[in-house]
Amino acid sequence: MENHYDVVVIGAGVVGNAIARELSKYAVSVAVLEKELDVAMGTSSRNSGVIHSGIHYKPGTLRARLNVQGNALMAGLCQDLKVKIDYIGKLTVAQDEEEVKSLYTLKDQGEANGVPGLEILDPGAMEKIQPRVGGIKALHSPSTGIICPYSLTIALAENARANGCRFYLGHEVTSIQKTGDRFDIRAGNKSFSAKILINSAGLYSDHVARMLGIDEYRIYPCRGEYLILDKRLKGTLNVLVYPAPHHGKAGLGIHLTNTVSGNILIGPSNEYQEDPEDYACTADIMAQLRREGHVLLPELKTTDFIRSFSGLRAKQTPPEIGGFKDFVIESREDVKGLINLIGIESPGLTSSPAIALMVRDMVTSLLPLTPKKEFNGARSGMTGHFYELSDEEKADLVAQDPDYGEVVCRCEQITKKEVLDAIQNPLGARTINGIKYRSRAMMGRCQGGFCLPRIVQILEKEFGYRPEDYYLKNLHSPLFSGNMRPDKTRV
Amino acid sequence: MQTIERDLVIIGGGPAGLAAAVSARKNGLDDILLIERDRILGGILNQCIHDGFGLHTFKQALTGPEYAQRFIDEFNRLGIDALLDTIVLSLDSNRTLTVSSKKGFIRIMARAVILAMGCRERTAGAISLPGTRPSGVYTAGAAQNFVNLQNIMIGKHVVILGSGDIGLIMARRMTLEGVKVEAVFELLPTPSGLARNVRQCLDDYGIPLFLSTSVFELHGKDRLTGVTVARVDDRFQMIPETRRLVPCDTLLLSVGLIPENELSLSAGVRLEPATSGASVDDRFMTNVPGVFSCGNVLHVHDLVDHVSEEAGLVGRCAVRYLKGEPAPEEAFIPVVPKADIRYVLPQTISGKEDVTISLRVTRPMRNAAVLVTDRDRKVARKKLVRLHPAEMIRIKVKAKDIETAEKLEVSVQC
Ligand SMILES: Cc1cc2nc3c(=O)[nH]c(=O)nc-3n(C[C@H](O)[C@H](O)[C@H](O)COP(=O)(O)OP(=O)(O)OC[C@H]3O[C@@H](n4cnc5c(N)ncnc54)[C@H](O)[C@@H]3O)c2cc1C
Ligand SMILES: Cc1cc2nc3c(=O)[nH]c(=O)nc-3n(C[C@H](O)[C@H](O)[C@H](O)COP(=O)(O)OP(=O)(O)OC[C@H]3O[C@@H](n4cnc5c(N)ncnc54)[C@H](O)[C@@H]3O)c2cc1C
Repeated sequence: MENHYDVVVIGAGVVGNAIARELSKYAVSVAVLEKELDVAMGTSSRNSGVIHSGIHYKPGTLRARLNVQGNALMAGLCQDLKVKIDYIGKLTVAQDEEEVKSLYTLKDQGEANGVPGLEILDPGAMEKIQPRVGGIKALHSPSTGIICPYSLTIALAENARANGCRFYLGHEVTSIQKTGDRFDIRAGNKSFSAKILINSAGLYSDHVARMLGIDEYRIYPCRGEYLILDKRLKGTLNVLVYPAPHHGKAGLGIHLTNTVSGNILIGPSNEYQEDPEDYACTADIMAQLRREGHVLLPELKTTDFIRSFSGLRAKQTPPEIGGFKDFVIESREDVKGLINLIGIESPGLTSSPAIALMVRDMVTSLLPLTPKKEFNGARSGMTGHFYELSDEEKADLVAQDPDYGEVVCRCEQITKKEVLDAIQNPLGARTINGIKYRSRAMMGRCQGGFCLPRIVQILEKEFGYRPEDYYLKNLHSPLFSGNMRPDKTRV
Repeated sequence: MQTIERDLVIIGGGPAGLAAAVSARKNGLDDILLIERDRILGGILNQCIHDGFGLHTFKQALTGPEYAQRFIDEFNRLGIDALLDTIVLSLDSNRTLTVSSKKGFIRIMARAVILAMGCRERTAGAISLPGTRPSGVYTAGAAQNFVNLQNIMIGKHVVILGSGDIGLIMARRMTLEGVKVEAVFELLPTPSGLARNVRQCLDDYGIPLFLSTSVFELHGKDRLTGVTVARVDDRFQMIPETRRLVPCDTLLLSVGLIPENELSLSAGVRLEPATSGASVDDRFMTNVPGVFSCGNVLHVHDLVDHVSEEAGLVGRCAVRYLKGEPAPEEAFIPVVPKADIRYVLPQTISGKEDVTISLRVTRPMRNAAVLVTDRDRKVARKKLVRLHPAEMIRIKVKAKDIETAEKLEVSVQC
């Protein structure tokens, strides 16, 4: 049989890709099946992008352990993958004595989890870290960081691909059968077979488990909406600032998060949804986020909101119960060879490298793994973006490759070379969103008003795209309906 | 890294940059460099293939490209240097620019700079449109680019949000191409585009315009399938019982233009909240010495004829500055908008020269006069039959009437 693999991973989010890349270090054949046309189209591109320190989780839980371990692993991983990460630290701020108590509880909990460097600060010390922060005391966690979540997810996949792992994009798993010691999988009109099946299907992990008769899980999608602010406000936040936990206040609270690209996010909100793909943004929440934004950032102007988006948490508890349940990461006894990852909500992004190690160990006990000599964990190509370089570096780069000289996206200053790279990299973006996530073009304040027409020209000229070939995110989201007039330049 | 020095650098080769360059040369300046990001000169006019340009300047109804070509021909005839396919990436307060193109990344030190970068369109994100994020949502200008320059049809069933001129022009354009244009929805109680465009682009084609109505939600996970529209009350709040779903596969946004002033800001240019453009004196110089601004980057114009005229003046002012003609003394006279005036420009004047004040009113009015006063003394007055926020009004003020002025106030007298 053709599509015969040792391991099949379902879902190309940060978790599936981290596992695939980890397994690509060993002499096993690995395939990732993903229903969307690109990796990172689910929760992994729709979150706060915070590398949490691990203070928020109960000692002894998987979330606590994998978070702290993942946080520590992330630095080296990002260096290898050339993904930007910034350990900027976080202040959890108390406004009254009761909240101060909760800071000490958090600190004890964090220390029990092995979080390094925790300190309770007085206003003087707080001000030094973040001017005008307010509050009477704060817990400082220096190991909290920020990262671009889709850059990491894409980088993991590209590196896994470069090390022999196969990606089947646009392949939705529709049925799975266990025959003997193998799994037979139907995905996108193809059949696959695997000795080990890893279910990292995120919001659909319960659904995939059910395909094998496992009925004990149920995912309740819970939406978080965000607004993105203009880069103009870059520099107003040095660290992340969260309110202290307080009984009567739900969740982590809406807060500001800086991104590695210099924008600020306001969010996320917290609403349960029926549909695991309902990424709408609502008038009510957007208005609420705008109001909170003006309170948190007095210098905010109405023109500073450049876009909104939402993500869905894969919660294991229904709305009437709320709260959090621990991650489920299990090698099933009843369905031998199946590894389930269920309810990987926050801090799933942070934990992903540690989850990958844990899953690798589960795989080892099913199928002995021998390391591959030819594994190369370093991603080739440029680190970061053209716009981040010094003038001298830019000049050198343009001299080497003129495509760096042609700036396509004028808001984010993204070059033609970066757009071409997005298409020509190992996984090759096939959608406009794919190009956007890889290159950052169209992500600035004009949201593609200027550069989308230009990118369309590039795709036409360099790759022969016709108007029908452009899709926003999947085959049901065409950009155009055809030519205005018959195109006489084509035969 | 290569560094060069130039007397005058003009950023942007649209009608503003072109007219400024031509005028600077005609006023005797040799060393001029115009930098344009696009492969061709002409700016946004290249995609405006409808006619109606140049009625004031040439007494003729030209298309956008035809209008631009007249200036390009003149620009070329005068042998002015241009770098095409080249973008200015940064500008600082010492008028040092970094510039990038296929040919290289260089630094330019300019003795004077004219900002002529035009504007960008407000987006769905900027107006926080709720709903899903499907394909089929375009700003009207981007749609105009696809349709007019790239032979690409963007959809089959269109709704237009906002009655800006580009949206109105696109309503007609799409209709002529056999596309169903369902309606234009406008939040304000009056259209934001020119009256002649409402007539010629909507009325003549039976396309309805719904005022005090807006889009409140996008539908469709993949491609747009429809929009929810509703009327608003006089505080722009949605009236829930008027909500209705309008099926469509394409939404065009014509909800305003924003002057593209990021370079200006990085150079320390002070912006005026009412225009989102630089604050300038009567020589169109910003607070940064030697940095001038004109065209849509200074304030959004409705007629390109005014852009060319303004930019011609700015070209001359830049030459005067470079020739060391002393700037009028520091004691500038402020010009301030009063009753029914949204903004005035320039924001300060010397009182030593004749000046044309550009302004926009806040609401439509009939049979009223624009009045310029200095401490209750009438300085100038212009009677108009129609005053409309969509139309820029200009009023001339004579030097002899303002020599001793302390502060000019501009208002509407009904
Ligand atoms: C609002 C919000 C904020 C968050 N903030 C943080 C944070 O700051 N820090 C942090 O560490 N974590 C954060 N998280 C959590 C983190 O984003 C997730 O834990 C993580 O992205 C989960 O990754 P995943 O790979 O499991 O899921 P996903 O990224 O959703 O990947 C699952 C993939 O499986 C695919 N799939 C599903 N069904 C099938 C099928 N049948 N066949 C083929 N493919 C299928 C999907 O298309 C998808 O691509 C946040 C989450 C949310 C929602
Ligand atoms: C989409 C659209 C449609 C319009 N339709 C009409 C109409 O029908 N009738 C009418 O009378 N008026 C119309 N206008 C208004 C009229 O065209 C403008 O008033 C006029 O074009 C403004 O001229 P400008 O030179 O200031 O700006 P633009 O024409 O926008 O030119 C600015 C130029 O600067 C360049 N530039 C910007 N930044 C940089 C940089 N960093 N480096 C290098 N180059 C740069 C741009 O590429 C562009 O070519 C329209 C405007 C727009 C935006």
